[in-house]
Amino acid sequence: MALVLFLVVHLLGNLTLYAGSGEPMNTYAARLHALGPALIALEVGLALTILLHIVTAFQVTYSAKAARPIDYDHAKTKGGPSKSSVGSRNMIWTGVVLGVFLIVHVAQFRFGPTMEDGYTASVSGVMVHDIYRVVVEAFTQLKWVAFYVGSMLFLGFHLRHGYWSAFQSLGIINPRWSKPIYAMGMVIALLLAFGFLFIPIYIFATQSGGGNA
Amino acid sequence: MSASQSKTINIRLRVWRQESREAQGFFEEHELKGVLVDMSFLEMLDVLNEQIIKSGKRPLEFESDCREGICGTCSLVVQGQAHGPVRGATTCQLYMRTFVDGETITIEPWRAKAFPVIRDLVTDRRAFDRIQMAGGYTGAKTGPHADANAILIPKDLADRAMDAAACIGCGACVAACPNASASLFTSAKVTQLALLPQGQADRKRRVIRMVDQMDKEGFGSCSNLQECEAACPKKISIQNIAIMKQEYLKAALAADFRAGMGSADGGA
Repeated sequence: MALVLFLVVHLLGNLTLYAGSGEPMNTYAARLHALGPALIALEVGLALTILLHIVTAFQVTYSAKAARPIDYDHAKTKGGPSKSSVGSRNMIWTGVVLGVFLIVHVAQFRFGPTMEDGYTASVSGVMVHDIYRVVVEAFTQLKWVAFYVGSMLFLGFHLRHGYWSAFQSLGIINPRWSKPIYAMGMVIALLLAFGFLFIPIYIFATQSGGGNA
Repeated sequence: MSASQSKTINIRLRVWRQESREAQGFFEEHELKGVLVDMSFLEMLDVLNEQIIKSGKRPLEFESDCREGICGTCSLVVQGQAHGPVRGATTCQLYMRTFVDGETITIEPWRAKAFPVIRDLVTDRRAFDRIQMAGGYTGAKTGPHADANAILIPKDLADRAMDAAACIGCGACVAACPNASASLFTSAKVTQLALLPQGQADRKRRVIRMVDQMDKEGFGSCSNLQECEAACPKKISIQNIAIMKQEYLKAALAADFRAGMGSADGGA
């Protein structure tokens, strides 16, 4: 749930990219970095949460394989209330894809070109890190747009089962809220996946043709 | 009635044969002609066994007892589904009219490490008994029989407890779960007592001990696919699993919960 909350905040921050100019994004980034040690604490906390998420995910997957050494000749879902689908049965694989995506994404943007590399911009007269330029340079290349859009589709499938699953697994689900929370999972998955994936498409469409920012 | 009584179908069966726990299993094919569509699935297997016995071979082993859907003994995966394609029914309540003429029907045992095959389609489901023995009871001495309704229980709670208590312990939840998790069974047993006043004395110890035993038996983890609820002949809801998780978290935060239950273990 902490991870979904992070994604929501991350998406809200990213919406500054729709402004068409670098200033809102760079201002947002500069303010984040002005948090100093608090930002580092948040980042470390997030990294540990993700690590725990990955470790438990592999444990669940391993225990499932170990619990059924001989598989069925063919198993079929019985439908009805079953939430068994390609997405929900393959959370580990959508997760692995997202893990790889995360490494690339963090290396590219969080630990990408710095101010020392000449990526500077002026916000209200103060020189700040031009993170906007880093983003635009990536998303004016078709291969990066394709990689990000593809990864975000996986995020959608992962969240479709994951959001509801978090409530169910922690037992903080009132029977009355079970169905609305599951439905909410779909809304969250669609909003986040498409919210994120339109950003590279938007930048590619508006900036690659010569730059109208 | 009279029209369907005379209706018969010819089927082909692929059944799992396995000599012993250690032996390698395999599928054996049989043809069965003139199967009455009003036969139950188990009656059809009885007919198959007569055919096998007449040919001088060892009959197919499968379990059944009440044959009216209440004992939880029958346990076949039919066409890839625990208890077959009909929802809310055990294998014994499955009828041959569900199948079409010429159909090939695959029959497998429950497949889980915690439910090892004893022979053919018979599995050892004592893992469930051990989970139940770990805490699925009230340890307090109850004294002589009390008057009915001496303990007031609101109707909605009584109904929810009864829904959980409808579990017949057949193991279809484990068989159907892609992770071979026993969470639905264990949660039904935990919930039925957690909701009632009679279950309060051992409430915390019960959930910890039953969940610990479930993990010890080698069942997989729950990943909320709800396939168990779809396969459960009693349609037990996975809301019981959410209740079990909640009970476990609450109990894990409390002290001295792993101690013995009731006088048999020397109390806590």
